[in-house]
Amino acid sequence: MENVIEVNNLTKTFGAFTAVDAISFQVKKGEIFGFLGANGAGKTTAIKMLIGITTPTSGDATIAGFNVYTQTESIKRNIGYMSQKFALYDDLTVKENITFFGGIYGLNRNTIKTKTRELIDELKLEQVTNQLVGSLPLGWKQKISFSVALLHRPKIVFLDEPTGGVDPITRRQFWEMIYKAANQGTTIFVTTHYMDEAEYCDRVCIMVDGQIEALDAPKNLKKTFEVDSMNEVFLKLARR
Amino acid sequence: MSISVNKINKSYKNVQALKDISFDVKPGELFGIIGPDGAGKTTLFRVLTTLLIPDSGNATVSNFDIITDFKSIRNSVGYMPGKFSLYQDLTVEENLNFFANIFKTSIQENYDLIKDIYVQIEPFKNRRAGKLSGGMKQKLALCCALIHKPTVLFLDEPTTGVDPVSRKEFWNMLKRLQLTGLTILVSTPYMDEAALCDRIAFIQNGSILEIDTPNAILNHFSKKIYNISADNMYQLIESLKAYEHTYSAYPFGECIHYSDKRTDLKINELYEFLKLKGLDHIIIDQTKPSIEDTFMALAN
Repeated sequence: MENVIEVNNLTKTFGAFTAVDAISFQVKKGEIFGFLGANGAGKTTAIKMLIGITTPTSGDATIAGFNVYTQTESIKRNIGYMSQKFALYDDLTVKENITFFGGIYGLNRNTIKTKTRELIDELKLEQVTNQLVGSLPLGWKQKISFSVALLHRPKIVFLDEPTGGVDPITRRQFWEMIYKAANQGTTIFVTTHYMDEAEYCDRVCIMVDGQIEALDAPKNLKKTFEVDSMNEVFLKLARR
Repeated sequence: MSISVNKINKSYKNVQALKDISFDVKPGELFGIIGPDGAGKTTLFRVLTTLLIPDSGNATVSNFDIITDFKSIRNSVGYMPGKFSLYQDLTVEENLNFFANIFKTSIQENYDLIKDIYVQIEPFKNRRAGKLSGGMKQKLALCCALIHKPTVLFLDEPTTGVDPVSRKEFWNMLKRLQLTGLTILVSTPYMDEAALCDRIAFIQNGSILEIDTPNAILNHFSKKIYNISADNMYQLIESLKAYEHTYSAYPFGECIHYSDKRTDLKINELYEFLKLKGLDHIIIDQTKPSIEDTFMALAN
C-alpha cells in the first residue's frame, strides 16, 4: 500500500526551544492514524508543518506526494482540515457554509450543488439547511464540518481534536463517519484526548517533549507496555 | 445540605437551557454534573453562583438563597469558570494577590489550602498568566478560586481539552481538597471522570436523567452488554446495524458494545450472521456496562 504521508527527521525550533525534535513516520493510504501527546508535547507544531502553514527548521516531509517546503499550496488543495476551534462560520447557514467551502476548494457550481444535496441527504439535514450554523448543537456542527472537509475528495483529512465535549452517542456517529471515509481510501490523521478513541485508530503515535516515544497499533502498544487500555499506555509514557 | 436545588428553570431566547432541575449536595461531597456540550452545565453553574437569575424555582448554597442572599454566596464560594478568566497581563503572583485582596484575606492566611497546588506553579510566579501553558493556567485558576477558603467550590469543566495525564493529576488534587471538608460541585463531559465522584447527575438537553452514586448507576443498566470484535471494524458496525435483533451497537475502544433486543441472545446465531457478512476473527464476550453505556442508554 502506498504511503501518503512520509516524514523524515522533521524538526522545528523556536529560538533555543525545540518544539518538534527529528520525528519520522509514514502513513498509508486509507489508514486511520492517531497522533497523541500531552498538552505542549509538540503536536500542533507538527501538524502545522504537515499541512503547509509552518516551515520546518530541518528534515523532510511529503504530504500526498507534495513537499512541505516548496509545494505548500498543492498540499492545501489535496488535504481536508477540521479542528474544534475552527470549523464552520456560525453566522452563515448550513447551505452557505457548504457553498463557501466548496468554492474555497475550487469546486464548480454544479459540483457544489450535487455535493450539497448529497451531504444534506446523508446527514439528514433537510430541516436545518437554511438555519445559521451557530444555532446548531456542537455535535451536528462537527459532523457537518467533517463532511465539508471531505467535499473536494482530499487524499488526507487532518482532524485536530474533532470530538472534544461532544456527547457520547454523537462522538460514536462521528467515528462511524471516519471509518467510512477511511474505508473509501481517505487517510485520516487525527488527534484526540479521548483514549478510547485512540483505540479506534489503526496505528497511533505518542509524542513526548517533541519526540515520538511510541508508534504502533493500539493492540501492540498495550502488549508492549503490559496494560489493558490505551489510557494506561498514555499515562506510562506521556510524562518523563 | 451544602447545595439544594429545587425545580430550577432557565430559558434563553428560544432554548430552554434548564428544565425543572432539582438535586442536593451534602456537605463535604464531591458531586459531578456529567453531560455533553450544550447540556446546560454552565447555565446551572451560573445560576448557583448568582451570576444568572433563574426564571423559576429556587436554590440555596451554604444555606444562602441564590436571589436574596447573593452577596453572602459570592463571599463564601469559589468558582472556576470553564473559560480561563484570570487577568492575562498580571503575573501568577499578582493574580493570586488580587483575588486574596478582593476577599480581604492574604496568600499567607490560607496558604495551607493551596500549598500543594501552588508549589507547582511557584517557579513561574513572575510570569504573566497569559503566557502560561494550559495545565498551569488551570492550576492558577484553582488557587485563585480557593484563596478565600470557600465552603463550596464550583468547577465548570476544569478538564475539558486537557490531556489524560494532567486530568489525572487534577483529580488527585480534588480528592485531596475534599479531605479538608470542602464541598465540590464539578462538571465534565468525560464519562470516565464520573467514577471519581461520590455521586453524579447525568444531564442532557437541560434535564437531569439520573442522580446516584457511580456504582448504583451502573446497576441500573438492565440489558446485557457484549464485547464484539472482528477483523474489520467498519464492516462489523455496518453488519450489526443491519442485524434485526440489534438494540444498540456502539464502538468502545477496540470492540463494539452490543446489546440485543431479546432477553436471551444466542451467541452462535449472531456469530454465524457476522460470518456470513464476510467477517473473520470474530470474538463475542459478555462484559460489564460502563458509565458511558449507561449514559447512552438513558440519553437515547
